[in-house]
Amino acid sequence: MRTLSVNGRPVTVFLLSAMLAPLPTFAQSVPAAVPQSEIFTREQIGHALAQPTPGVGRTAPSSANAPQDDGQWSMPSKNYAATRFSSLTEISPTTAKKLQPVLTFSLAVNKGQEAAPIVVGNTMYIVTAYPNIVYALDLTRPGAPLKWRFSPQPVPASQGVACCDVVNRGGTVSDGKFIFTTLDGQVIAIDVNTGRSVWRTQLGNINKGESITMAPLVAKGRVYVGNSGGELGVRGWLTALDEKDGKVVWRAYNAGPDADVLISSQFKPFYSGDKGTDLGVTTWPTDAWKIGGSTAWGWVNYDAELNSIYYGSGNPGPWNAEQRPGDNKWTAGMFSRDPATGQARWFYQFSPHDEHDYDGVNEQILLDMPFAGKMQKVMVHPDRNGYLYVINRSTGQVLSADPYGPVNSTKGVDLATGRPIINPEKETKVGVQVRNICPTASGAKDWNPSSFSPRTGLLYIPHENMCMDWMNVAVSYIAGTPYVGADVHMKPGPGGNRGVLTAWDPVRRRPAWEVKENFPVWSGTVVTAGDVVFYGTMDGWFKAANARTGAALWRFKVDSGIVGQPVSYRGPDGHQYVAVLSGVGGWAGAVVSGPVDRRDGAAAIGMVSAMSDLPKYSTAGGTLYVFSLPR
Amino acid sequence: MSSRFRANSVGSPIKCVGLTVLLLAGCETGVRPPAPVAQSTPVAPSTPVAPAEPVYRGVVDTALSPGAGRTLATIDPRAAKYYDNPEAVKVGKFLFGSMNCAGCHTNGGGGMAPSLMDNQWIYGGRLEQIHQTLVEGRPNGMPAWGGVLPDDELWQLAAYVRSMSLPETLAAQGSGNPSQSPAPVPRAVDEDTGWAAPAATTNDYSETLKGPDGPQ
Ligand code: HEC
Repeated sequence: MRTLSVNGRPVTVFLLSAMLAPLPTFAQSVPAAVPQSEIFTREQIGHALAQPTPGVGRTAPSSANAPQDDGQWSMPSKNYAATRFSSLTEISPTTAKKLQPVLTFSLAVNKGQEAAPIVVGNTMYIVTAYPNIVYALDLTRPGAPLKWRFSPQPVPASQGVACCDVVNRGGTVSDGKFIFTTLDGQVIAIDVNTGRSVWRTQLGNINKGESITMAPLVAKGRVYVGNSGGELGVRGWLTALDEKDGKVVWRAYNAGPDADVLISSQFKPFYSGDKGTDLGVTTWPTDAWKIGGSTAWGWVNYDAELNSIYYGSGNPGPWNAEQRPGDNKWTAGMFSRDPATGQARWFYQFSPHDEHDYDGVNEQILLDMPFAGKMQKVMVHPDRNGYLYVINRSTGQVLSADPYGPVNSTKGVDLATGRPIINPEKETKVGVQVRNICPTASGAKDWNPSSFSPRTGLLYIPHENMCMDWMNVAVSYIAGTPYVGADVHMKPGPGGNRGVLTAWDPVRRRPAWEVKENFPVWSGTVVTAGDVVFYGTMDGWFKAANARTGAALWRFKVDSGIVGQPVSYRGPDGHQYVAVLSGVGGWAGAVVSGPVDRRDGAAAIGMVSAMSDLPKYSTAGGTLYVFSLPR
Repeated sequence: MSSRFRANSVGSPIKCVGLTVLLLAGCETGVRPPAPVAQSTPVAPSTPVAPAEPVYRGVVDTALSPGAGRTLATIDPRAAKYYDNPEAVKVGKFLFGSMNCAGCHTNGGGGMAPSLMDNQWIYGGRLEQIHQTLVEGRPNGMPAWGGVLPDDELWQLAAYVRSMSLPETLAAQGSGNPSQSPAPVPRAVDEDTGWAAPAATTNDYSETLKGPDGPQ
């Protein structure tokens, strides 16, 4: 960094490099796809500790983590194992073509709708993107009339600290309460009968850049909530609240001294790189951990078998990694913690010293799976960095790590150390335009969750096929403003299709089939015992595919694009329904839902260049759609 | 959002149609500081009324004006030196990066915050209005910078922000990121009288979006 005098005042120069090296694309059209030759193959970089032993047993969640399906959908992940599997069978590859919409409901909010509709006791609960309105619809009556509507009125200024659209990923019904978060950092529990709030707890502070977008996990009387704001230099945490009154039970920071991270004698990480005192301080430049991100805005699981909670930590900040030499613990990794005390049990870092915004917050599915000749308790986690990890849940040891999307930023995961093997050619630098880095900043997939069918043994991963050009730009921390320091331009990955639905076989470590999509698949998936998998596309199609073959079965064009989480439930009439929210947005959809100009390819943190044609295909919206078979 | 064609009519007569005294009063509402009331009796339609003195009316965000009346707007004296000033937009551009404006607004294309390069303004696009936005902040997530940065720099930032959507700046775009070669803000842009686009202007921001299979 240099200093320069501006108006007679010394000012540190950070942008000089950006001024001298303008980027070549003025994004009005989508950049060309990255050539296949830039990518490593699965055979080149996939690793496992042992050969597949599928004969040993069937892959399935345990009954403790995925109890008998009651036909309801009380939490976004469906169950603690997070299979998003519905045992309903009415809709099948033969009947699916007859699906038709039976109910629509305007959410009155035209932003990215990422939430899962929740169905408990014949009532459907929906929380919208900011201003986070909650609707309760009575499914027993014709037209599903509104039972109540709750408007939490979050502080409007919170919109300014939401990095990637003002989304919300859904609430959960537990013990007569609908529990959800608001963009301005509150957790609110509403009485499902009265629609009045039972408690509300302010956790986040927008003046530090904190917001909350994640779906809280409610388990065993606790509510687990983490903050967002990894692009604004926040200090990430996960907080446990008492489900009864919303009082904070514990808070664990994801960086800083061991005492704050809740690391003590119980902590037994598998790899030596995670052992030591106060690594959350010593793996950073002085005090950088205080503004180093490591949020917890993704998915939290409760493991009823091992009595642990798991969640991933977000990217380190700023994105400009040259400003934070070191491993930057405990960012971009997975924590296992004791639910009672929050004490850490193990940690594994997917992307030490992340240079590409690869948050570790994606979903994990808890399964019993054959590996190395015996059944093992694992989690399966498709990470932003492009690898699908199979991790032993008790120890934190990585059993296999295989690329499921385009990867060239690393050359595989070294299973002896657990560390990714860095590709020096794709390391990011100040003033240097590093081209064709794969996966892109939003990852081989982002937050939108996969589903798992114990019938097929396949994981249905909705994801991206995108790469990027990246140049580091020096950046200063100003509380409450972005702390990014990177000029990013995204582009399609090999083949040009920006999205993929992959049915992944975690045992054999390979895809069973893939469906290519023009746009990133930014919706979740749901899979049913009828062997049908549902997902939505950003250009507004809600689709059903055969869960065994991937063959397209049915599709319906909705009003906007889809970035939400579909669910399937049994209605009051005993029949199977499928529900999803339309409303394009989120990071990838900001070019439609946000006040964004397509002429600036770096807009929406680099996403606009790759998505500049989305406005041709979909407009902003926000509607509940429910489908079923004709009767 | 207000369009770039503002309700300002610098140099043109106040068209305050005095249908009723009540409406006449409407001619002067929202004036800050209070403008001298030109007359106390209703004025016949289309009678031009010369103002006693130029009126600085502060920030006006709307093209609607009750009774079809309009108050005179002049350039805020504080803004004057930032027009036609290449240095101001250059420093403004530098500050835009170093103060993290770019983190929310990118190179003017927006993201976490609205685009600033489209010449569509929620809170007004006159230099003084942009300055006011910077000083006060705005409710939906725009931080208040008044007192955080010296006033001079807020004006320079305002000049750069205004420059982003100038045809000259957009034309200098070349193949790089937008707003990298900001043109100075002509004083004339804040003196435009317009309800309509001035004749023979290149200032046409209209856009046709073709569908994926639309005519090429
Ligand atoms: C934390 C994010 C953030 C930062 C940092 C930020 N802005 Fe904004 N800005 C916003 C948001 C959000 C809005 C829209 C506010 C509203 O609609 O109420 C906005 C609005 C504006 C507007 C009004 C646009 C209009 O249409 O009227 C201007 C001008 C502006 N910002 C300039 C700046 C400048 C210059 C800086 C740096 C000094 C800056 N902003 C920094 C978030 C930000």
